[in-house]
Amino acid sequence: MTAMRASGQLRERPTIPCTEDCLLRPGNTNCGGCGMSVGLTMLGRALRDAGDTCTLVIPACCGIVTAGAFPTTSYGVPTVATTFASSPAVASGIATIRDLNGEPGQVICWAGDGGTYDIGMATLSAAAERNENVIYICYDNEIYGNTGGQRSSATPAGARTTTTPWGKIEGKKDIMSIIAAHRIPYAATLSIAHPDDFAEKLSTALSIQGMRFLLLHSPCPTGWKSEPEDSIELVRLAVASGLFPLYEIYDGASYRISVQPDGTDPAEYYHRQRRFEDQHIDLDATRRTCSDRMRRLQSLADQFPAHKRHLS
Amino acid sequence: MAVQVVTGNHAAGYALSVAGEANRKARGVACGIYPITPQTEIVEYVAGFPFSKGRVVPVESEHSAMAVSMGASISGARAFTASSSNGLAYMAENIMVAGYYRLPIVMVAVNRTLGPPWNIWADQGDTLMLRDFAWLQFYCEDNQEVLDTTLLAFRLAENRRILLPALICMDAFIVSHTQTETVLPEQNEVDAFLPELDLPHRLHYNEARTLGGLAWPHEGLSMRLEIDEAMKRVPDVYQECRESFLEVFGRDPGDVIQMFATDDAEMVVIATGTVATTAREVVRRRRKAGEKIGLVKLKMFRPFPAAALRDACQSATHLAVLDRNYAAGSGGIFWQETRAAFQGYRDDVLIQNYLAGLCGGDVTPAVIDEVLADLGSRSEAGEPVWMGIEAGEETLQ
Repeated sequence: MTAMRASGQLRERPTIPCTEDCLLRPGNTNCGGCGMSVGLTMLGRALRDAGDTCTLVIPACCGIVTAGAFPTTSYGVPTVATTFASSPAVASGIATIRDLNGEPGQVICWAGDGGTYDIGMATLSAAAERNENVIYICYDNEIYGNTGGQRSSATPAGARTTTTPWGKIEGKKDIMSIIAAHRIPYAATLSIAHPDDFAEKLSTALSIQGMRFLLLHSPCPTGWKSEPEDSIELVRLAVASGLFPLYEIYDGASYRISVQPDGTDPAEYYHRQRRFEDQHIDLDATRRTCSDRMRRLQSLADQFPAHKRHLS
Repeated sequence: MAVQVVTGNHAAGYALSVAGEANRKARGVACGIYPITPQTEIVEYVAGFPFSKGRVVPVESEHSAMAVSMGASISGARAFTASSSNGLAYMAENIMVAGYYRLPIVMVAVNRTLGPPWNIWADQGDTLMLRDFAWLQFYCEDNQEVLDTTLLAFRLAENRRILLPALICMDAFIVSHTQTETVLPEQNEVDAFLPELDLPHRLHYNEARTLGGLAWPHEGLSMRLEIDEAMKRVPDVYQECRESFLEVFGRDPGDVIQMFATDDAEMVVIATGTVATTAREVVRRRRKAGEKIGLVKLKMFRPFPAAALRDACQSATHLAVLDRNYAAGSGGIFWQETRAAFQGYRDDVLIQNYLAGLCGGDVTPAVIDEVLADLGSRSEAGEPVWMGIEAGEETLQ
């Protein structure tokens, strides 16, 4: 990316036009069944439909490996790699200069759960507290995928990872509650099994100013030890059973559940992934957790209802 | 142009602010800021400056302060920050990235001892810890030099033949908190000195370029080589910037290496920052008594001015390198670099290291006299000498 050759002469700088409608270009080396890849494609479509563009700010994660090797790139939009913990802070600087110069386009952080729930938590919290004019999308595959599958604080209880070879003891961090506590204008969960819901929420997020946080449940066949063709079905089961509810939070205050679980038993979600071993999973406790989670969310949505809205 | 009595921190905050303001007709200015003693007044000054086209972002850590400044810089804006000591250690990862991203960020660092033990006084170990990153480094001895070098650093760093970030260092409290008469240039003078920034590799919202992704070894190697070539151009570009500075402000910001009474000197003291100020007075006094002693002040540390240093010490047989820093298990860092500069060029020079003023200890004229007495008595160099250890004082065994 450097500007000069050793001679001191500037390198040729041909214009590389953006292709938002093809945000993730063909020919990338992502794994089959990768939820992040589907998410990027859906993000590109949402931008195209909104007539919007974006700059991606990506910390260390599979998302930056996706770009491929210099000087080629799989991304059809301007993209900046940042250090692991820094994407919301770098995005703050980029969005600041965009706004000072009246330029169009979104500044979107695209980060994994390691960079979001763990190492980047303080940076994300600070950017949310400042209400930076940035969209933050966490593709949550519940694992440090890029380093070969270690536990993160997004890994659910019972999951075997390379650093929890006998199954993780602790449960998954409830990051949406943490984000809600920052009272940012918009936060929502996304699933690639629900593309219409995904598109609607992206459309809402694109129409709002300030900090927006989106959590995408992102299957990782490599880390989940699942079949690539099962990816979308798995995250559909997660929504249907209440393991990964789809909802929105406005201003940290009002809630809307966008897809209601249908009472599907979470057991099948567990059985179809070899990261879970039956003897490590307390299915009764899981069923209770799902039911409690939905009851809590439903009561928030009832008491503090948010109406789907598109702000000008 | 107004002469005011201000602290070194005030001078630095003023320089950063007017340099940022000078980019108001281009893409503006933004920076992340975070407090740490003894540089806090710098970021406080910046936070209160009424930028026409700029934003100061008070973040949650030094790491993010540099990250915000990088985001602004990569977007083509002018960017800077300030830090100190453990703050620089916490920021280090992003300091490194700014260098390899070739972002012309200017950072003022107040040299403070790295803890533990917790200590807020002067020691250069913090910025020298960053010596192998792709940053220019300058060490200043007074408020005016801090102000002038900071302004000059923007022009140097942003020059298309350089495009590297720059670190401007001053000693904790001795400079940062000491008020002296300082010339504060007017905004229009700074505007005349600093061209609007046009960063060639900046982000464009409508260009699909990926910055900082993977690169194969041969590409990485060529990027490192480009940094090396840029570093080699620094001495020449510095002189051009220095001449322009003199033209606009009527004041010489000083050379990268500054000689005092070195012409026929047999013993030369090599020092930096405020230690050089004290050493200069000692050399002046002892010159009057007829002793052939000189001083070389190293203002620039990166790139290391090896050839200029050899030239400055042509007549010397004995060199005393004063280090207000200590690389554990080795010795003073300026000493290491000085030895490397002479190795294979002139092996007849005795180069002795004196660790003086570590952890904020005072380096008084008496300390310099002790150094010279030791140096003069030597027929060969030895291990680094620790100054300020009382005779009979025992360390833990």
